[in-house]
Amino acid sequence: MIETPLTGNIKPGVSLDIKAYEAAGGYQGLRKALQQMTPPEVTTLVKESNLRGRGGAGFSTGMKWSFVPMNVEGPKYLICNADEMEPGTFKDRWLLEGNPHQLLEGMIISAYAIQATTSFVFLRWAYKKAAQEIRRAIAEAHAAGYLGQNILGTGFHLDMHLHTGVGRYMCGEETALLNSLEGKRAVPRAKPPFPQISGLFGKPTIVNNVETLCFIPHIVNKGAAWFQSLSRTGDGGTKIYGVSGRVNKPGAWELPMGVTMRELIEEHAGGMQHGYNFRGALPGGASTDFLTTAHMDVPMDFTSVAAAGSRLGTGTMVVLDDHTCPVGFVHNLEHFFAQESCGFCTPCREGLPWTEKILYALERGEGTEADLEQLDLHTRLLGPGNTFCALAPGAMEPLQSALKYFREDFEQHVHEKKCPYGNYTH
Amino acid sequence: MFTKKNVRMAIIHIDGKTYQVKEGRNLLETCLSLGLDLPYFCWHPALGSVGACRQCAVKTFKDEQDTKGRLVMSCMEPVKDQLRLSISDKEAAAFREQVIGWLMTNHPHDCAVCDEGGSCHLQDMTVMTGHSYRNYHFTKRTHKNQYLGPFLNHEMNRCIQCYRCVRFYKDFAGGKDMDVFAAHNHVYFGRHQDGILESEFSGNLAEVCPTGVFTDKTLKQHYTRKWDMTYAPSVCQGCGLGCNIIAGERYGSLRQITTRYNGAVNGYFLCDRGRYGYEFVNSDRRIKQAAVRNLTGTNVGTAEALQQVKDKLASGKVIGIGSPRASLESNFALQQLVGRDHFHLGMSDTEHDLTTLALKILRQGHVRTPSMQEAATADAVLILGEDLLNTAPMMALSVRQAVNRQPAQEAMNTAHVADWQDAAVREAMQDKHGPCFILNVQPTKLDELATRAYYTAPETIARIGFALARQLGAPLAEINHLTEEEHQLVEQMAAALMSAARPLIIAGYGSACDGVLRAASNICEALHQHAKPSMLVLTTPECNSMGLEMLGGLRLDSAVNVVMNGEADTVIILENDLYRKLDKHVADNFFSRCKEVILIDHLYNATAEKATVLLPAGTFAESDGTMVNNEGRAQRFLQVYAPATTEIQESWRWLLQLGRVTNCERLRNMEFFDDVIHALTQQVRCFAGIDKLTPPADFRIAGQKIPREPHRYSGRTAILANINVSEPKPPVDGDTPLSFTMEGYRGEPPSSVIPFFWWPGWNSVQSVNKFQEEIGGSLHDGDPGKRLIEPGGNGQLTFFTEVPGHFVPCAGHLQLVPIYHIYGSEELSVHTPGIAERMPAPYIMLSPEDAKRYQVAEQHQLQIAIDGHPYTFTVKVNPALQRGMAGLPAGLPGTGIVDMPQMAKV
Amino acid sequence: MNKLLTDFLYMLTQTEISKIEHELQQVPVKKAAVIEALKIVQEERRWVSDENVDDIAALLGMSADEVDSVATFYNLIFRRPVGRHVILVCDSISCWVMGYEDLKQGLMDHLQIRYGQTTADGRFTLLPNACLGCCDHAPALMVDNDLYQDITPVMIKDILAKYK
Repeated sequence: MIETPLTGNIKPGVSLDIKAYEAAGGYQGLRKALQQMTPPEVTTLVKESNLRGRGGAGFSTGMKWSFVPMNVEGPKYLICNADEMEPGTFKDRWLLEGNPHQLLEGMIISAYAIQATTSFVFLRWAYKKAAQEIRRAIAEAHAAGYLGQNILGTGFHLDMHLHTGVGRYMCGEETALLNSLEGKRAVPRAKPPFPQISGLFGKPTIVNNVETLCFIPHIVNKGAAWFQSLSRTGDGGTKIYGVSGRVNKPGAWELPMGVTMRELIEEHAGGMQHGYNFRGALPGGASTDFLTTAHMDVPMDFTSVAAAGSRLGTGTMVVLDDHTCPVGFVHNLEHFFAQESCGFCTPCREGLPWTEKILYALERGEGTEADLEQLDLHTRLLGPGNTFCALAPGAMEPLQSALKYFREDFEQHVHEKKCPYGNYTH
Repeated sequence: MFTKKNVRMAIIHIDGKTYQVKEGRNLLETCLSLGLDLPYFCWHPALGSVGACRQCAVKTFKDEQDTKGRLVMSCMEPVKDQLRLSISDKEAAAFREQVIGWLMTNHPHDCAVCDEGGSCHLQDMTVMTGHSYRNYHFTKRTHKNQYLGPFLNHEMNRCIQCYRCVRFYKDFAGGKDMDVFAAHNHVYFGRHQDGILESEFSGNLAEVCPTGVFTDKTLKQHYTRKWDMTYAPSVCQGCGLGCNIIAGERYGSLRQITTRYNGAVNGYFLCDRGRYGYEFVNSDRRIKQAAVRNLTGTNVGTAEALQQVKDKLASGKVIGIGSPRASLESNFALQQLVGRDHFHLGMSDTEHDLTTLALKILRQGHVRTPSMQEAATADAVLILGEDLLNTAPMMALSVRQAVNRQPAQEAMNTAHVADWQDAAVREAMQDKHGPCFILNVQPTKLDELATRAYYTAPETIARIGFALARQLGAPLAEINHLTEEEHQLVEQMAAALMSAARPLIIAGYGSACDGVLRAASNICEALHQHAKPSMLVLTTPECNSMGLEMLGGLRLDSAVNVVMNGEADTVIILENDLYRKLDKHVADNFFSRCKEVILIDHLYNATAEKATVLLPAGTFAESDGTMVNNEGRAQRFLQVYAPATTEIQESWRWLLQLGRVTNCERLRNMEFFDDVIHALTQQVRCFAGIDKLTPPADFRIAGQKIPREPHRYSGRTAILANINVSEPKPPVDGDTPLSFTMEGYRGEPPSSVIPFFWWPGWNSVQSVNKFQEEIGGSLHDGDPGKRLIEPGGNGQLTFFTEVPGHFVPCAGHLQLVPIYHIYGSEELSVHTPGIAERMPAPYIMLSPEDAKRYQVAEQHQLQIAIDGHPYTFTVKVNPALQRGMAGLPAGLPGTGIVDMPQMAKV
Repeated sequence: MNKLLTDFLYMLTQTEISKIEHELQQVPVKKAAVIEALKIVQEERRWVSDENVDDIAALLGMSADEVDSVATFYNLIFRRPVGRHVILVCDSISCWVMGYEDLKQGLMDHLQIRYGQTTADGRFTLLPNACLGCCDHAPALMVDNDLYQDITPVMIKDILAKYK
């Protein structure tokens, strides 16, 4: 029986209120952390658990927390990045709508670990139901004494606010999110300095993904070894995986970290729809590299997927079937990335629209070999470090892998001067 | 620039060569300081690094074994000991070329018709990266342009989104009405709606923008390519700060003023009055011929004019009135011609008193007056009675940097970032300010920076200053009649100044109250007593007020007296409109009593109307001269071009010629500029050393003069072909080592005689990098100019004890105080149409209580009388103004009232 | 709220002002509340006009340029009038794979407008939007605050009929 700590208590269409949450064991972790552990002990525990960030970067959560300076004056902030807008990603919505208290408990414990005094949930505009539920949950938590002054009589205070966004994928980037919370344009910041040192309003700040924070109460309750035991591989815990595209049962499931792509597609997603064949998939949302039929048995964890030339990212998979034009597929993605560029650095701002235009030309049958060379060039030049943030490098991942695995499709567009699939996007 | 003591040195390796450089600076400015060529856009020496454009990419290597390396943006990379990098690395070079390629996807093919062409940083960087063929073959995004006022043209299609404009305008200069809009490749830089840019420093956008988005609109009226102009190093005549400028001419008209970098004075920037106030030189109100009243017939030539004047001088009782906007040499020549006992400083009463006092304070005090760049290193600021943005605009930029200093330092410490990591410092700083106190008669635009801004009468400002000095330990009597709030303010200011490391006190002519200057001096002396190294800035009204004061002369009102009582009847006026120095009725009477008025000046004005002889004077662009700014820095401006007519001459040349025809002993054997300077340094001790400001006229490098024209200057043979098809001999410059040609020494001349900044591959204003010791530092052989005044004090501290009386409103009367306007208060700049357009109409500013008392409201007319002379003004109401006082715009044409403060009867 | 300031405000209601002032209490610097202020104003009015920008600027001690710089960055702050109802159609990858093109065409045919336009009767504005986060039920769209999933073109008429 697979253990599903994050979603086991979530019932479709129902949002757990505080009573139901407490009945299921909720806020035990908070009690344990605040009453039996010191903040550094919480951080150490999380580090030991090897919990890796579920927002896409996969950085060790405990390590991230450990960089927050402890003996400094002034406020510190704990922020939940609930700006889920990576195309193909729909996992956080499940947690936010279904069990907001789990997130709140995770946030309060995390805030305690870094000694933050104020916390925010940065929620994307479109998640209207989640906003409702989170507001309700915050009010319930306040009433129950889990938020506000002197939580559980321990002297720890924490304010929590819901901030809803007004669009822009960039807000999902940690430092751009901070700028947005400060009422500015969501342009990222250069690192160093890292948010742990100079974050929201220049103060030490931690930003974590929803899924990441939801694990915290469970890790506190049951320990690092338990967390690692949930996984099949070296990266600990469970993972919410998702599959979308032309599969029989698109959806999201909480599974042990390290299930293979084959299990996801054939078992949980019920295989490809009748008449469609699997050509490839982006394992973790729009900004990850294609995996193909050759990778069906790769465990879907951070390390293994990276070794296979891609990224686990958010773990929600977008499937490319054999009736869908790969060029059109990538065109849709680059259109998204080009439009969501914040406009700060040259390669992203000017390079992404260029790739979009080339892909559009290819779809119209007007692309040339020289255009393909330009695409190759862009995948090489828009790498990490060459741009100001990770948006452009992410945008290049699907393009780069499409050119690698589906080159013949691109060539066909050039030579036949049309899209062989009959696609012709707007 | 932040100065750091004990900077550590580091060894770095660039493309196999080893260099010793300062640790902690960023790689880009380090490479540039070493003379290496690296392309960049978004970094600016005054604005720091943000890492946006990605143009400055270089390869760094972990160690000697690392052959792969990684690409980093050099502007964001701190220098560390043993750092290894390569600029020429193929991958880095290819990436840099591609960055240009990306910028070219939307950049229009405007070069041929773009004002920036030939002086364009984008062009230079494109060539530097080797980018040539554009691979992008899709459509370009286009934008609509905005009307931004009379100074700047807007052409957004050319934008390469380097973000420099908004960083300069908002972050550096504190402007609020310009920003970046939209996102991705639609980002737009402009205003939220069309309208005149409000910042007094908007013109710098033309230089800060690396392409032709923002260009000089006044240049556009008479457009000329950078390589086609004749240039000379010059000094702005707009206010007492003496910013360094470069003036460019073609076809006999002055075309453009740009910043002349001076690492001590104005740095990289200018204010808009200085940048655009040059059009008076081309005005059709220029006096172009000599003229003698009642002498009909043909034009009076130079010789005839001299004869006429000789006769008039011979038969008259002569006095001379100098000018605080004329050069030292011209004033000195006049002084010598008429004799010391007959030489009057042409300043208004108040200005005379203030300037005399300022010089006295600077000489006898213990506190140093800083250069503008030094003032920017202060960490606490007190401004007494100055509306800096209108009285000494560029100093306001220094104040802005100073006010950021304490919080920036704190931010750098907490976030562990260097000062050049601009975005990180500003984020960590948030909107904190260091201590800043502004006391003025009415609100100023700098008030947003102030810890406290307080509005009251000038006398009260002075009294508060005295109280502050007393609080700091000066042996002064207690100041009474201060309110509780004012006492509290004094305590707060004292605490702030004492806890600062380098406090800056600013006062000057803006308050028109000498008590304020005395208070400022006392505060500094008191701080000195505590061994606190403070700095004192005293502003002066005109570009050579300080110089004229140091030369010395009699008061203007004594000139009026001697003429009114008949002791003198023949007046030589040098570059001065007396209607700006005397109230109208006084000036009218004065002129009615003069038998002869010999005016040497540039423009037809009210004084010219009264003159009996007009001698056309060359403007700053047509003359050589020396001015002394408020800091006591003597600076030389050199002639840009030979004037349009042969009769227009430097004022000092007219005076030397008058000396010759009148056989004036004191002016004997003086013919050239160097002769005058020599005599000046001999006779006036405080000017020792000004003969070294620029090399003498016979200075040559490898036997060659220094050309005023770039080597690509074109059209010389054809320019005057409409007059005579044979190419004329270029004018000979016997006064300086510069030539009016493009032939001459091609290399770098001494810093004081650099006519324009250009370097192979660097055609834009960024070429100044090549002329600096290190980026943002001094020019190679020192910044031009020489400080003439250093603090006197050995021994006893000097405190002023004379406190102005407590201001009491006088029933039925208003105390008039001057309100200064960057556009309008200065005489010559208002001849630029764009500046005249922004000038306010004359008004009288009242407090709401007085408006009520005299039963007037906004836009009504109020009549006042001074000594029985009536004046009528439109009313403006300002709730911050003290009751019993009225503000009158200073220097606006047609106001009629000059000398303030004055009591007026309502 | 000082009276002198309200004299200068063009048209914000007392409710809006109070809500904005509440937000101002939550932030260390006033300008940090600008996005909240824009949301508050847009809530009732459905879009933010130039006058609204001026008012927000006055309330927050910012310039209109500073406010608009932020407003124009975000795609869900509308600086032009919109219809009574805003349709946001997800045009991201999963929806695209699952039939977005037909859905888009269906909407445009039904409403007789293109992206960015408003129906002549002022009822609907049609806009694309990035991934709505329900990719397992693609294609999807939102009308105002309501999410619709697993849409086929035939469903359009009934869904839109609910919105007057």
